[in-house]
Amino acid sequence: MTNSKTKVEGLSSTSRRGFLRATATAAGGLLVSLYLNKHTTAQEGVKPSQLPPPPKKDFPPDAFVRVTPDNKVVIQVNRLEFGQGVHTALPLILADELDADWSQVVAELAPAADVYKDPLFGIQMVGGSGSIAHSFQQYRELGAKTRAMLVAAAAARWNVAPDKCRTEASVVRGPAGQSLKYGELAAEAARQPVPATVRLKEPSEFKLIGKQVKRLDSRAKCDGSLKFGLDLDLPGMLVAVVARPPVFGAKVKSFDDGEARKVEGVREVFEIPVTRGGTGVAVVADKYWTAKRARDLLRIEWDETSVAREDSTKLFEQYRQLARTAGLSAAARGDAKAIERVAPADLFVAEYEFPYLSHSPMEPLNTTVRFDGDAAEVWAGSQFQTFDHAAVAEVLSLKPERVTFHTEMAGGGFGRRAVPDSHVQREAASIAKRFKGTPVKLVWSREDDVRGGYYRPMHVHRVEIGVGPDGLPNAWRHVVVGQSILADTPFAMMMKDGVDSSTVEGVNDTHYWVPNFAVSVHHPKVNVPVLWWRSVGHTHSAFVMETLIEELAMRAKVDPLAYRRRLIKPEPEAKKLLAALDLMDEKSAAWRNSLPKGHAVGFACHESFGTGVACAAEVSIRNNRPWIHRVTVAVNCGLAVNPLTVESQFQAGVSFGLSQLMAGGRVTLKDGRVEQRNFDRYVPPYMPDAPVTVDVHIVPSAEAPTGCGEPPVPVLSPAVVNALSKLTGKRYRTLPLVEV
Amino acid sequence: MAKYQLNVNGERREVSVDPSTPLLWVLREDLKMTGTKFGCGVSACGACTVHVAGVATRSCVLPVALLGERPVVTIEAMANDPVGRAVQDAWVERDVVQCGYCQSGQIMSAVALLKQTPKPSDVNIDESLGGNLCRCATYVRIREAVHLAAQKLK
Amino acid sequence: MPRTRTAGLLCVTLFAAFGAWAFLSGARVEARRVADKRAEGLAAWEQVYTVLTHPRCINCHTATNYPQQGDERRRHFANVVRGPDGRGVPALNCAGCHQKANADSTGVPGGPDWHLAPLSMRWQDENDRPLPSAAVCQQVTDPKRNGQMSAQALLKHNAEAELVLWAWEPGRRPDGSERATPPLTHAEFVAATRRWVEAGTPCPSVK
Repeated sequence: MTNSKTKVEGLSSTSRRGFLRATATAAGGLLVSLYLNKHTTAQEGVKPSQLPPPPKKDFPPDAFVRVTPDNKVVIQVNRLEFGQGVHTALPLILADELDADWSQVVAELAPAADVYKDPLFGIQMVGGSGSIAHSFQQYRELGAKTRAMLVAAAAARWNVAPDKCRTEASVVRGPAGQSLKYGELAAEAARQPVPATVRLKEPSEFKLIGKQVKRLDSRAKCDGSLKFGLDLDLPGMLVAVVARPPVFGAKVKSFDDGEARKVEGVREVFEIPVTRGGTGVAVVADKYWTAKRARDLLRIEWDETSVAREDSTKLFEQYRQLARTAGLSAAARGDAKAIERVAPADLFVAEYEFPYLSHSPMEPLNTTVRFDGDAAEVWAGSQFQTFDHAAVAEVLSLKPERVTFHTEMAGGGFGRRAVPDSHVQREAASIAKRFKGTPVKLVWSREDDVRGGYYRPMHVHRVEIGVGPDGLPNAWRHVVVGQSILADTPFAMMMKDGVDSSTVEGVNDTHYWVPNFAVSVHHPKVNVPVLWWRSVGHTHSAFVMETLIEELAMRAKVDPLAYRRRLIKPEPEAKKLLAALDLMDEKSAAWRNSLPKGHAVGFACHESFGTGVACAAEVSIRNNRPWIHRVTVAVNCGLAVNPLTVESQFQAGVSFGLSQLMAGGRVTLKDGRVEQRNFDRYVPPYMPDAPVTVDVHIVPSAEAPTGCGEPPVPVLSPAVVNALSKLTGKRYRTLPLVEV
Repeated sequence: MAKYQLNVNGERREVSVDPSTPLLWVLREDLKMTGTKFGCGVSACGACTVHVAGVATRSCVLPVALLGERPVVTIEAMANDPVGRAVQDAWVERDVVQCGYCQSGQIMSAVALLKQTPKPSDVNIDESLGGNLCRCATYVRIREAVHLAAQKLK
Repeated sequence: MPRTRTAGLLCVTLFAAFGAWAFLSGARVEARRVADKRAEGLAAWEQVYTVLTHPRCINCHTATNYPQQGDERRRHFANVVRGPDGRGVPALNCAGCHQKANADSTGVPGGPDWHLAPLSMRWQDENDRPLPSAAVCQQVTDPKRNGQMSAQALLKHNAEAELVLWAWEPGRRPDGSERATPPLTHAEFVAATRRWVEAGTPCPSVK
């Protein structure tokens, strides 16, 4: 979301308030800080109507780094790892400035605590592709400060000036050839003052940053030893599943649990509140299969009288009608009426439809809570620790500081674990409240997840374009219809004049320059919970913009890349995107100019979350589906902190974006009920659907790093469809792509 | 409840569970072997893949009552299997994983493929691993790593 | 149309014509008996055909690279493919999910040696539409395409083959409901097959 243009700074001058929090442990480590006193306290009751105040920009090294006597460097990662690679990237940033021996670095996911809040967002979270963008400088300073403290300890011991010492691979070396391992210095370093100012490395001095560094979690994820949240096993733990209403917000009228309670191992069956004011029936048992079987035997009568029963077909009709009327203005420049004066022959109208999409991360949603009466402990793969922590405390009527919140490794998320209302954690807490002293793991089955709401909203875009004599658009009126994600959440304050920018991002801030340009938006209220889905508004906006631009280029009989260059405004903000476009052009030139018969190339370029991306896709048609032979992607993400992760995120992330091209890539509702249940009907891309090869090229840059989690997602779907259009002559404006 | 004698990774294990219980949950909850993952429960994602008498099997849909005498091999045994180890090494070398949740299943499928087809083509890999879902969509690297493992095993 | 059957029809026709000319009443009766038997056999075949084209049977007699599933005969999920011998491919074998018996607690059907019928035994076209009665009948009665089965072997197959029997014990769907069975009972199916076989396995003419 931020688009920082600052160069990678060589020097930090953060002022330091407060005192050294470091305390030498009995073992002599530099700060064991999982249970910091003040810093662990959560936000005092997050008020639903306002975001918490930003945390003090004060990050004591002791909360982030622990050097053990055996010379291990344990680094706390201040946010969730769920595939995006921060569990490796943040430690490598810190380790580089610390001059730590990388082979001895251990990464840990930090629990919920103020000190681990995102320095820009002010809450502990993953989102907006901000992990590296926001914490790069923070982790460098932490590494440099810790290093300075270790050097100061060594210098004191040798009675030499600190600047006569140097460091490498977790060793401090003195001027007379002395050397001490970090592990030997940890206890003394902990007593050194935290420096107010430290020199950060020049980029030329980086040993890890900018190099291809392999993930720290690979082996454990390949041999089955890594424990995800769902793998948690605590002594005496029970497992819960919930029968949720068939329509969002409906309530239990009555239920018969006679048969369910007969299942051996069932402990308790009771009603709990669920999302949107609804209620459900929780079944708690010794094991998952027991709970699931018992749930299948429940007979529940639901009260659906007070809730709207939505229907996708009808919603699309309403959305199409709305799209023909002006909405709340999201962008306007030039003459708003210019579009109305365009001659019919020059007027071009396009209407697009996008369905609801489920995130469906591979690891089903889950949370474990143990309620001890006056305290509680939570284990969750959470993208929003601050909110989820506060929610559990609220449900259990505990002060947040009495709730310890562990961040568990998560099997994907894509936004689904960043839920402002924390509905999963609220359910888990409501259930655990009945079992004092016993941990209860709430498990959502895949069916619960697919029909459980919190989807990428459905959208209709209607675009009217007046094409000028030069073939370029000179008037553009764009109406977007889609539920607001931010409305009715603590983030609602981010909305401006009723406009949720996440609905129109990628359209209202496009780098394409049209003199008379108007974007407006309708946010209908629909009884379906919606959520950000990896790359949020860009999932649909990039598809609309990039298919339209290519269509306009074809109309104008201009090379689609040349057309884009002509239309991208000559402003500094567009430089990142243009550089990506140029690099993609260069790297794909050879193959795309020698395509086999029956193959076509399609392009797309799009900037999101400050990262410019361009891609070319080689496509043919097989079994009435696009067959993607090759994709060339160019990325401009500023300094690539770990180019290996950048490559990996883009190679795979472009295919995540294909979710919306899959024939079964949609969630639909009928009579308020979600029609899909599992991966047999809601079908994400499998290996045969993905490109055969993806080559990723990174624009060399010394600019501050920007995100790589979401920017891969928007580009491939429009590029593929642009290629298909060349092969079939058809336009594809309704997703999913049911037929070619 | 019924008692079952299982052969898991060469060890005899006895469990007392309801006959309807899928092998997946016996492994995860009774034997505390959580390397085998629950993804969909309907054999549509492959995260729960184990080898049953050498056949790559979706353990989430196999009721323990239908297992019989057949031996079960899980991801936990792959480090000690020459093909399994080569596949894991190739995965690490190619930095394949992202969230990693599907990778136990991907690896079990890849090992089953390589044991029957030591030099698989892209088409072989697409078909054999075609039912293993990866939501992160690390497919390009998975394919590369299968080829790499095949080379190493030559 | 196979030559033998064409010749047979021709014979019947010629015989009837000759009978009419020669006033040989016995031959007339015989001709009528043959014609009636053939009509009865064809009617029995049509009953057999309703079973063969029922989803429980035809879902694994596809003309494509994949099996089907469900009463709407949709493509099998998770990219399941036929493989060289109709039993899938390494790591994605039929037997990787389908056990020797139905797994009712998880909703996966099963039977001994669960597999796809070979392409020669396809009862659908490549667009997943069932072939017409005549075409299915020809396939079933053509030894080159039916696995060298004689008429008696066909009867035995329909009466006893375990995967055929499965169609009447198809188990439960994942949601716990019972799978639909073919329109005839198994006994009716066998009886219809027997009538058809006894009538000489006549096939309808191609329209």
